[in-house]
Amino acid sequence: MFANMTNALDFHAKALVLRADRQRVIASNIANADTPGYVGRDVNFKDAMTAATTRTGALSPNDSTGVTHSNHMALKATTASFGNSTLAYTSQTQPSMDGNSVDMDRERANFVDNSVRYEATLRFINGQSKTLLSAIQGQ
Amino acid sequence: MSMFSIFGVSGSAVSAQSQRLNVVASNLANADAVAGPDGQGYKARQVVFQTVPMGSDASSGVKVSSVRESNEPLKRVHNPAHPSADAEGYITQSNVNPVEEMVNMISASRSYQNNVEVMNTAKTLLLKTLQMGQ
Repeated sequence: MFANMTNALDFHAKALVLRADRQRVIASNIANADTPGYVGRDVNFKDAMTAATTRTGALSPNDSTGVTHSNHMALKATTASFGNSTLAYTSQTQPSMDGNSVDMDRERANFVDNSVRYEATLRFINGQSKTLLSAIQGQ
Repeated sequence: MSMFSIFGVSGSAVSAQSQRLNVVASNLANADAVAGPDGQGYKARQVVFQTVPMGSDASSGVKVSSVRESNEPLKRVHNPAHPSADAEGYITQSNVNPVEEMVNMISASRSYQNNVEVMNTAKTLLLKTLQMGQ
């Protein structure tokens, strides 16, 4: 019963972690905008989100995270951080002599886009938790 | 929280860009410096940026790996009235190109601003995350 109520929250929590990670990747690109030979990175969000949502349930039995006694329940996998498979390299839009592939306009746009989506996810979580609380209080 | 490392990444970039700005300032200040009797004038300096991995594969900062001196020949100007003029009436000045330095300065300043804005946005997002559920 309670699991049904918090499933949607779990989905948004994973999205939030991925958004934070993507924000970090874009920040690295902007930081290295003047570094010769630096190749920009970005996340395929759809693939990362699919990977994060399909990787549900408890950790494998061999993984004893948090389990120190036979009666303990295994911890659920809570981190949704992406692996290297969803982390791609950006291509040069306007090739430069120093081999740097960061396009500042694109990175700025991505950064703003990602922060707006991060805030949207936060609002979803806030709204859902408010709904749950008002249902619990019944007032 | 993984977003805290944005401050490390952008902070390293801000520090590197300010070092670049420092070098530009020193070049511009010495643009008209005249070489002493040994003929060794001021040589323009440039910073070299290098990527620094920070923790995970996804986040990488930047640092100034070295400061190099320009190999351009020093400027020789005919000015017999100058006290440092040699027998032929020439003085040796620094090889700084003020136009290049101004462009470098604008570029450094824009990159600095970009990184400060990244930190501000990350801070806003983190503060909003702290208020989650309220």
